[in-house]
Amino acid sequence: MNNISILIAGRAGDGIDKSSLIISRILTQLGYRIYIYRDYPSVIRGGHTFSIIRCSKDKIAAHSDKVDVLLALNQESVDLHKARLSDNSLIIYDSNSVKSDKGMAIPIAEIIKEAKALDLMRNSCIIGAMCKAIGIEKNVLEDVFRAYMPREIDLNLKVAFRGFSEAKEFTRIEKIEQKSLPVIAGSEAISIGLIKAGLKTYIAYPMTPSSGMLHFLAGKAEDFSLKVIHPENEIAVMLMALGFSYAGDRVAVGTSGGGFCLMTEGLSFSAMAELPVVILLGQRPGPSTGLPTYTGQTELNFALSAGHGEFSRFVTAPGDPEEAYYWSAVSLNMAWKYQMPAIILCDKTLNEGIYSFDMGSIKKIDDPGVSLWDGIAEYKRYQNTPSGVSPLAFPSTKDAVVKVNSYEHDEFGVTTEDKNLTIMMEDKRLRKDKYLLEELEGYETVKVYGDKNSSTALLFWGSNKGVCVEAGTKLGLRVVQPIVFSPFPLRQFKEALKGVKKIICVENNAAGQLADFVKRYGINVDERILKYDGRPFSLDELEQKLR
Amino acid sequence: MEKANLATYAKNTWCPGCGNFAILNSIKAVLMALIEEGFPKEKIVIVSGIGCHAKISDYLNVNSFYSLHGRVVPVCEAIKLANPELKVIGFAGDGDTYGEGLEHLIFAAKRNIDINIFIHNNRVYGLTTGQYTPTSPLGFKGRSTPDGTKEPPINPLELMIASHASFIARGYSHGIELLKKIFREAIGHKGFSLVDVLQVCVTYFNMYEYYNSKVYELKDHDPSDYNKALTKIREWDYNNDARIALGVLYKK
Repeated sequence: MNNISILIAGRAGDGIDKSSLIISRILTQLGYRIYIYRDYPSVIRGGHTFSIIRCSKDKIAAHSDKVDVLLALNQESVDLHKARLSDNSLIIYDSNSVKSDKGMAIPIAEIIKEAKALDLMRNSCIIGAMCKAIGIEKNVLEDVFRAYMPREIDLNLKVAFRGFSEAKEFTRIEKIEQKSLPVIAGSEAISIGLIKAGLKTYIAYPMTPSSGMLHFLAGKAEDFSLKVIHPENEIAVMLMALGFSYAGDRVAVGTSGGGFCLMTEGLSFSAMAELPVVILLGQRPGPSTGLPTYTGQTELNFALSAGHGEFSRFVTAPGDPEEAYYWSAVSLNMAWKYQMPAIILCDKTLNEGIYSFDMGSIKKIDDPGVSLWDGIAEYKRYQNTPSGVSPLAFPSTKDAVVKVNSYEHDEFGVTTEDKNLTIMMEDKRLRKDKYLLEELEGYETVKVYGDKNSSTALLFWGSNKGVCVEAGTKLGLRVVQPIVFSPFPLRQFKEALKGVKKIICVENNAAGQLADFVKRYGINVDERILKYDGRPFSLDELEQKLR
Repeated sequence: MEKANLATYAKNTWCPGCGNFAILNSIKAVLMALIEEGFPKEKIVIVSGIGCHAKISDYLNVNSFYSLHGRVVPVCEAIKLANPELKVIGFAGDGDTYGEGLEHLIFAAKRNIDINIFIHNNRVYGLTTGQYTPTSPLGFKGRSTPDGTKEPPINPLELMIASHASFIARGYSHGIELLKKIFREAIGHKGFSLVDVLQVCVTYFNMYEYYNSKVYELKDHDPSDYNKALTKIREWDYNNDARIALGVLYKK
C-alpha cells in the first residue's frame, strides 16, 4: 500500500490540528508526500473539527472523500464520517467514549487515566495505535515525537506506546526511498516568499484565513529583522503600509474580503501616489461575514476592480505552496519595480492547507531592481519617464524633497487641477501596465498540465490546482492554469489553449468568475463546474463531475 | 522648487484672513529654527489629511505625504516606525481626525509613538462648505444641520488624556508667538504630542471675537500634574462659556 488517507476528528480544542501534523510528519519520515485538509467551525472550543491527511508517493494537493483510516476520539466522529468508509477501511476509536460495531477498540481514556496523562494526550495514544495498525515501526513514532512534540515528550510517548501495544496490524504501508520534504502551510510559503524578496514590514489586523501569515511572521520577526504590526483596523493597516512604503520599507498587508473592503480607499491611494504595497487577500465564502473558516474563490472580480478611479495593479493567484512562495516574491519585486499595488489571491485551502514543500522545484527568483534617483538633477517624485516609472528617493535623502500626494499632482508632487497635467499623469501611471506585461513574457504566467495535446481543457485558478491537476491528468485532459490576472497575459493564455475545442472551468464560487473573466477576451467556456458550499472539491467528487 | 523660507511655488488658495496662515507661518518659523540649529531638513516629514488644512503639504518645501481624509495619524506612525531618525509632524483637521479618523488618534496616543499631531480645529467643515464637526458647539447650524445640531461637541483634549497622550496643548491662530512656542515644545517632546489649534475659519465659523474674549495663556500651571491638567482640560468643554486656556496643558 503506498497511498493512504487518514481522518482524525474530535471537538474543536481537542488538538486535532497538532495531531494531523504529527501524523503527516510520520508519513513524511517514510518518504511520502502529504496533504492535509482541515475542517473546523468558527468556534474556539466544542463543535466538530476534523483533518484528512492524505499521502502518496507523488506530490499531491487534494483530499479524497473516501478514507482508509478513521481516528475517532468521540462518538460524533464515527457518526458523521461513516459514509467516507469502505469495506476495507479501519476505524480506530476510544472504546471508553465511542460505540462502534466495527473497527479497533482502544481503551484510550483508561490508558490516559492510568498514565496520569492529560486529556489532550488521547491524541498521542490514538496516533500510537494508528502506527501499529498501518505497520509503522515504533522507532519512527518515537523519532517524530522527539522531534516535534512541543512538551511532555516522555509522557506523550508513554501513552502512544500503550496505544501501539493495544492495537493490531491491519495493513502495512511501505517505506518509499525518496528524500523527505518539509511540511508547511500555504501561509508559511507566502510569508517566506515575501521575506525572500526583502520584506521589511508586515501589517495586518487578524482575519481568517490570513491570520496564519500574521502569526508566522510575528513569530519570525526577530530572526528576519521584520517589523510586524497589528494596528487598530484595516484602514490603519493600509495607510500604515503606505507610510512604510514612502519611507522605503518593502511592506505587505494581509486580510480577507471584509478587511480588504476597508482597505480599498488606501489601495486607490497607493496607485495614485505610486507607493508599492503587496496585499494578501484571503478569500472566503461571502458575501459579508459569510463562512469565516471555510473556503471560496469569491474575490477575483473584487481584486481586479477594487478601488475608485482607474489604475494599474498586479494580481496573481498562486495554486500551491511552491507557487505561493514564488509569486509572493515576484509580487513584491514587481510592486517595487513598477510602484503599484500587487494583490495575491489566496484562500483557506491554500493558506491553511498543509503540504509537502519542494523548494528545489522552484525557479530562481531574480529581483528586477528598482529605479532610484541619481542625485544629480533636482528630485521630482513623479518625474514623467517613457516607462511611467519615476526614480525613487526616500525621506532623509539629502537634497531630495519627497512629496507624495493623493490628489492629482505635478511631477514634484504638488496638487494640480490642470487639464494637461491630469492627462499626462494618468497616462504615466497607466503606461506602467504595458511594460509590466512585457516583462511578464519572461515568466510562466499560464501553466499547462495533463495531456498537453488534449482538445478538452480543464480551466482552473488558484488553490484548485491540486485537485484539478490530479483529476484532469488522470482523465487525460489538458489542464490550464492562469496565474497572473492583471495585467492579463493574453498571449500566453491563448497559447495554452491552442487547439482546444472544449473548455470546462472549475471554480469554488457560485458565479464562475474566471469563466466570465476570459469571456471578455473572447474565450468561451463550455461548461462550468462550480462549488460554493465552503468546502474545496475532493478528488473523487471532481472526478465524478468530470466523467 | 527651492524658495526662501521653505515656501513652494504652489499658489496659496486659503481665504484671506484664514487661521491656517498663522499655523503655516508658525511652523515655518519653527522648522527654519530647527534647521538653523543643525537638524537636517531632509529628516523632516510632514503629513496632512484632506481639507483646507491639508494644503499645507503643498505650501511647505519639505518631504510631505498628502494623505486621505482622516488618515494622517497611521501614516505618521508608520513613517516614524520605518525611520526613527525622522521628525514627523502631522497636520489634520477636526473633521479629519476627530471625526473620520478618530480611532487612529486614540491608538497613536495609547502607543505613545514619537509623532506630533497638530489639529487645525476650526470646528466646521470648510472645504465641503460649512457642515458641523465633532467639536462644533451644540445647536450649530450648518448646511447639513439647518435646525442646529442636537449633540454636544467632544472635548478632544479630555479624550486624549484618557487615551494616555503624553503631551497635550492648545493653541490659537491669533497670536503667532505663543503658537510657535507651543509647536516648538511639542516637537521637542519625546513621545506622542497633540496640539489642538483653535484655527478660525473666517468664511464659515468666524470665532475671532468670541475667542479673543475668552482665551488666556497658562501661567504657573504644572503640566506634569495629571489631576491639575485634567481640571484645566475640563475647564472649557468646547461648548460652555468658560475661559479657554492656551499653552501646554499636560506633559508626561
